[in-house]
Amino acid sequence: MDDDKTFKALGDPTRRKLLDLLCEKNGQTLGQLCEHLDMKRQSVTQHIGLLEEANLVSTVKRGREKHHFLNPVPLQMVYERWIRKFEQQRLALLHDLKTELEGEQDGQ
Amino acid sequence: MGNEKTTFVYVTYIRASAEKIFEAITRPEIAARYWGHENVSDWKPGSRWEHIRADAARDVKLAGDVVESDPPKRLVITWAGASEYDNPDAHSRVTFDLVPYDDMVRLTVTHDELEAGSGMAAGISKGWPLVLSSLKSYLETDEGIDVFAEPCATDAAA
Repeated sequence: MDDDKTFKALGDPTRRKLLDLLCEKNGQTLGQLCEHLDMKRQSVTQHIGLLEEANLVSTVKRGREKHHFLNPVPLQMVYERWIRKFEQQRLALLHDLKTELEGEQDGQ
Repeated sequence: MGNEKTTFVYVTYIRASAEKIFEAITRPEIAARYWGHENVSDWKPGSRWEHIRADAARDVKLAGDVVESDPPKRLVITWAGASEYDNPDAHSRVTFDLVPYDDMVRLTVTHDELEAGSGMAAGISKGWPLVLSSLKSYLETDEGIDVFAEPCATDAAA
């Protein structure tokens, strides 16, 4: 269930930009984030809402200000599920190839 | 320079009871399975805790003090490299908050009072996502992930 939300949240350039902005400087307020984006505050709020729903951004209230933090845990889950598996396959192929070629060199 | 502090907030939703999650953090034999390290302490406020690599060498990687313990809802500890334990300035702070959420528990790990740009800040920002993802997998599927897998393994937070 979680992966769908993660991928959907990532499928938009503004939301990816927001994640990049938080990666650069964690804990920014809405106002700070808006400075880097050429769109209405209200639209930015909506994008952040989707990122929060996907658990890619978490917020902490400090006084009257709300600070936004990048939460990469769902990305790590996606990495474990969708990326590492294929990396391992590729490594296995390289390993097979190496074994095969080195076997030939041994002049069997 | 060196005085600016930074904060990281990590959240994960885990299908397990708060008691099980709290135990997974505080009981050495469980943490060893998904974290590759044991967290050892009597978990009383004021006591020391140690983060020990769960292998034959059993290196103490991190140490700190227990600030607050309210199982299974909240645990607050300080966090420093084991060799820097005696230097109060080297201690950052980690807060675990566990809140029931539908059939899950929302686990929030807040790591603050960290020196911005330090090796520790870099290490924990790689380590926590890995550890929390492994904890979730371990409790939900009984399979942790290999926290020492390249390229993400770090000794700082792993």
